[in-house]
Amino acid sequence: MNAPQSGYLADFRAARDSLPGGQAAWMRSLRNAAMDIFMEQGYPATRTEEWKYTDLRALSKGHFTAPHGQPGIDAASLGAWMLDGEPVHRLVFVDGHHVPGPGSPDPRLHGITIRSLRDVLDSDPDLLQAHLGSTVELQEPGFNAMNTAFMRDGAYVRLEQGAVLERPLHLLFLSSGTQDALTAVRNLVIAGPNSRATIIESWASLDDATCLTSAVTEIVLEHGAAVEHYKLEQEAESGYHMAGIYVRQCDESRFSSHNCTLGGRLVRNDLQVALDGAGAECSLNGLYVTHGRQHVDNHTRVDHNRPRARSGEWYKGVLDGRSRAVFNGRIVVHEDAQKTEAAQSNHNLLLSGRAEVDAKPQLEIYADDVKCAHGCTVGQLDEAALFYLRARGVDKAVARQLLVYAFADDVLERMRLGSVRRLLERQLTGRLLPAGMPLRENPIQGH
Amino acid sequence: MLSIRNLQASIEGKAILNGIDLEVGGGEVHAIMGPNGSGKSTFAHVLAGREQYEVTGGEVRYDGADLLAMKPEERARAGLFLAFQYPVEIPGVSNIYFLKSALNAVRTRNGLPELDAMDFIALVKEKLAFMQMEEELLYRSVNEGFSGGEKKRNEILQMLVLEPRLAILDETDSGLDIDALKVVADGVNSLRGSDRAMIVVTHYQRLLNYIKPDFVHVLSGGRIARSGGPELALELEARGYGWLAGESQAGAAP
Repeated sequence: MNAPQSGYLADFRAARDSLPGGQAAWMRSLRNAAMDIFMEQGYPATRTEEWKYTDLRALSKGHFTAPHGQPGIDAASLGAWMLDGEPVHRLVFVDGHHVPGPGSPDPRLHGITIRSLRDVLDSDPDLLQAHLGSTVELQEPGFNAMNTAFMRDGAYVRLEQGAVLERPLHLLFLSSGTQDALTAVRNLVIAGPNSRATIIESWASLDDATCLTSAVTEIVLEHGAAVEHYKLEQEAESGYHMAGIYVRQCDESRFSSHNCTLGGRLVRNDLQVALDGAGAECSLNGLYVTHGRQHVDNHTRVDHNRPRARSGEWYKGVLDGRSRAVFNGRIVVHEDAQKTEAAQSNHNLLLSGRAEVDAKPQLEIYADDVKCAHGCTVGQLDEAALFYLRARGVDKAVARQLLVYAFADDVLERMRLGSVRRLLERQLTGRLLPAGMPLRENPIQGH
Repeated sequence: MLSIRNLQASIEGKAILNGIDLEVGGGEVHAIMGPNGSGKSTFAHVLAGREQYEVTGGEVRYDGADLLAMKPEERARAGLFLAFQYPVEIPGVSNIYFLKSALNAVRTRNGLPELDAMDFIALVKEKLAFMQMEEELLYRSVNEGFSGGEKKRNEILQMLVLEPRLAILDETDSGLDIDALKVVADGVNSLRGSDRAMIVVTHYQRLLNYIKPDFVHVLSGGRIARSGGPELALELEARGYGWLAGESQAGAAP
């Protein structure tokens, strides 16, 4: 292990009574237990299998603390992360604190509760006791224990039976760029039977600084529920972003995840889905685009625990410069999971001779009547395609961008929300995309 | 229009072209024939600027300019067009976007304004009809999932839209049935004119029944072993390449 700085224990003791939920005995003991584990375990070292390719030594030397004072936000500075033409409910957080503002959800939505987690922890903590932390394994090497000890805020979403959230919920998490800031966010989504919701998490920075974001999102889908989850990570390039998305699915529920990582110095995403119900379905769609010295580690795990569940996973990476990516995709089909269908693919495009990817698909099957497939590739730009474009008069630089964009395009294509696709296209412009290139949008339709 | 002197090229250190001389004037159609491995495709790709091939000697002038010093995209914009034997599939890039980018690249180079969407679609639709292609193919990714025949038609469609001054057709007949071959040949013939030239690379004489060449050259061992009129192609068809190889070997013997 890499031992955490002793300052964290002092921080915890000083803040313990003022952390949200301090009035509830169960929450205090949850935090205390988590803090004990964090101090005992520290940060995982590369000797730990699940962290073999992601070195946290630099991070472990830092001491990150929650910034003092209530941050403000200028609404005009949010423009870059808005979803054009998409009416949404919106919660904005700065350094992990909810900042009330325009677009906040109507509290009278029928059968739907959307609140700041801090607010619920302080005023109605018992609403949370059954669920908060129920999907999170504290002992797992990583940041779950630290997040549980220090969580300050996040989104709480509860959908009653049959409730449908018509507009997507946009959660915008901004880092103010305060040096050594710790942002510990916990989101909790409980989707009741046959409810439906779309949730978008955007992570971005107002300024660049070395800071640590620890983000955990828990999502529980009861039978027949459908949740679509987008995560767009585009924080500034000195930041650490350590995230977990933990999902539990009951019978016939449907979950889809779209996970795009563009920013950050060192990013880790643990995405774990427990298919605990028969006939449940999940699809995991991911894209990472890195350059410079970025390091992005995606660890996904799908547990098929019950029969007739289906999972599909498509992750793609584009790596430039001296960046490095890790893809570890584990699918476990347990004994009781007959008639499972599982497919996984991971394709990587290296644009530079110094970029590196470590890809590790893992398929473990303990049932006999299953259909499973996986595929994994690491390649370079297709020289023949590049020449073909150039032989038609397209500039070499534009041709390269076009091919890279085309490589990533099917990940965007799988996203249902056009506003998210357009936002991503905007952000990939300059990094990947020739300016003003209407690729998918048909340039001349209607004539 | 095109003047080639002693052109030599290799790939990964292996010499493929060993000194080609060829003069192509405006309005002329030259057929390049030859057995497999004689360097026909390499010749076509070297003219288009494929960087995998290293030019190790010789000179190529195109309208007086040093063609070999130009990048592939510069050659294309200057009116050189290679119809590929194996058109490349590019998933994610729509055919129509590709066509429009290509046409506007050429127009910009020639000091013309980019075509607006209305004029562009009118032009493309006219050419599509000529090539007997479905409009739906425009909105698919470039060549993705196209049949062999559709890919070849798509090459000629691009050629009709771009109206090159020098068209190089690399085995355009391979994989085409007779009906498709006629459509493709009609497309090519519609572009013939005194200000354009064509180099038709083919293994078989069949294509030359539809695209009548003014000159026929036979490549062997990376050199032009023999040149003649259209009758040379018929002779090759009747006697096979073996005849020629035997003759040139005999001629080379001391």
